[in-house]
Amino acid sequence: MKQKIRIGCGAGFSGDRIEPAMILAEKGNIDYLVLECLAERTIALAQKRKMQDPNKGYDPLLEKRMSKLLPLLVKNNIRLITNMGAANPIAGAKKVLEISQKLGLKVKIAAITGDDLSDELRHSNHSYKILENEKFLSDYEVLSANAYIGVDGILEALQSEAQIIITGRVADPSLFLAPMIHEFAWKSNDLLGKGTVIGHLLECAGQITGGYFADPIKKPVPDLAHLGHPFADVFSDGTAIISKVDGTGGQVNLATVKEQLLYEVINPNEYFTPDVIADFTTVYLKDLGNNQVQIFGGTGKEKPTTYKVSVGYKAFYLGEGEISYAGQNAVERAKLAGEIIEERLKNVVNEIKIDYVGLQSVHRTNFENQSVPYEIRLRVAAKTDSAEVAAIVGEEVEALYTNGPAGGGGVRKYVNEVIGIVSVLVDRQNVSPEITFFES
Amino acid sequence: MKLYDLAHSRAGDKGNISTLSLIPYDENDYEKLCLEVTVDKVKTHLKDIVSGEIVRYEMPNIASLLFVCQNALMSGVTTSLAVDTHGKALSYALLEMEL
Repeated sequence: MKQKIRIGCGAGFSGDRIEPAMILAEKGNIDYLVLECLAERTIALAQKRKMQDPNKGYDPLLEKRMSKLLPLLVKNNIRLITNMGAANPIAGAKKVLEISQKLGLKVKIAAITGDDLSDELRHSNHSYKILENEKFLSDYEVLSANAYIGVDGILEALQSEAQIIITGRVADPSLFLAPMIHEFAWKSNDLLGKGTVIGHLLECAGQITGGYFADPIKKPVPDLAHLGHPFADVFSDGTAIISKVDGTGGQVNLATVKEQLLYEVINPNEYFTPDVIADFTTVYLKDLGNNQVQIFGGTGKEKPTTYKVSVGYKAFYLGEGEISYAGQNAVERAKLAGEIIEERLKNVVNEIKIDYVGLQSVHRTNFENQSVPYEIRLRVAAKTDSAEVAAIVGEEVEALYTNGPAGGGGVRKYVNEVIGIVSVLVDRQNVSPEITFFES
Repeated sequence: MKLYDLAHSRAGDKGNISTLSLIPYDENDYEKLCLEVTVDKVKTHLKDIVSGEIVRYEMPNIASLLFVCQNALMSGVTTSLAVDTHGKALSYALLEMEL
């Protein structure tokens, strides 16, 4: 049994850069590459694409990423684990098969399914309670439902020697924990907790190597244009060293690791995954220098008896419009424009928000009595029941050209259908991962 | 002095919850932050943003604090009308706090 494996993370969201993963595969000496490309809403959007075309519903960048990575993965004998299967792992795996045949590469591909509970929940008589509010699932027009499954399906695929593993909705840290369990035969919750900490640190890729961290005054980071993505040397005792490929941009130090350790954590004593409940309050870090941080500690207790299921539902149509004002009295002119729009739309839309970009739009408030901005952008956003009504929002903003205050310019307007996400809990026995193999 | 001078932060989102870490540049300032950046002070500071409860987790193991803020994202990332639906920029709202 190995004492150490190296896992790289080459993508932290669906739209992430492609070349950091290529650098990891080419120069990182990694055993495993993980690409984490699936957010809550991403999978609901993927479900919509699958409804329109049963051969789609996998990640839109899968073809591009895999065409570039596959030759490197085969050459350096690296195993890939990715949730780019999104709403349709089978179709995603078939696409990878097609790419491998085109490139003349021999690979075994595994598609993990079983997370998709859309049909079950859409037609269920059970009154599932929504976690985020006091409502029930029956109050929603359900588009999709995907359970956050754990390591089980991936483990089976790893035992089968598949080189490329394509999943749908899997809890992000589980994508990393699976190869650790596979290589080190971990059983105890304590080790699963440690592995989950490491997975959580890696899952956002560049967010631990200096991405989404830099502040030129207080926290400068070198060469973000060529940010390296992280890898971890994971040891069989559950400790790890996080680092990045020499020569890439970014940095790994205590500050970058701490920011990522606490990212999106709602209770550091109990970090829930389908595999374990991890404790982050016992994690310790040591800066080894040269972009290396050692992780030790972390514990875990028995996994929950339920799976969390992300439910996508039809929420509303969003109409938006924007217009800019600059120079003398820009703020007053923008505010006059805002008043006009509010008057025109108050009986047309369900809910409206008017922002003054440059004054208070991003924080929804303003902590400073700052000087008057030179320019300001009015932004109007409203919830409506139809695309037609949503379009009126932008049309009203555009009409300010000839009907509103002086000197407005740069109108943009948008209409989008919004898919909302809520969560429910489903008993573990109702979910079973399945695996389908493809070989070129 | 602002929190910005002593510490850094990253915001995360889960539904309508915003998580805000608070990490001193110098670990020796951790005790000072524990004493001065209380839940009540953060509630007052973020009164226009967070309408729900705020829980503060102390993490001496990494000399950091974590604020978990309920009802902070105008219904949450998928259905909010805000410019910044994730509340990603709220880390810098916390750091605006005067010490």
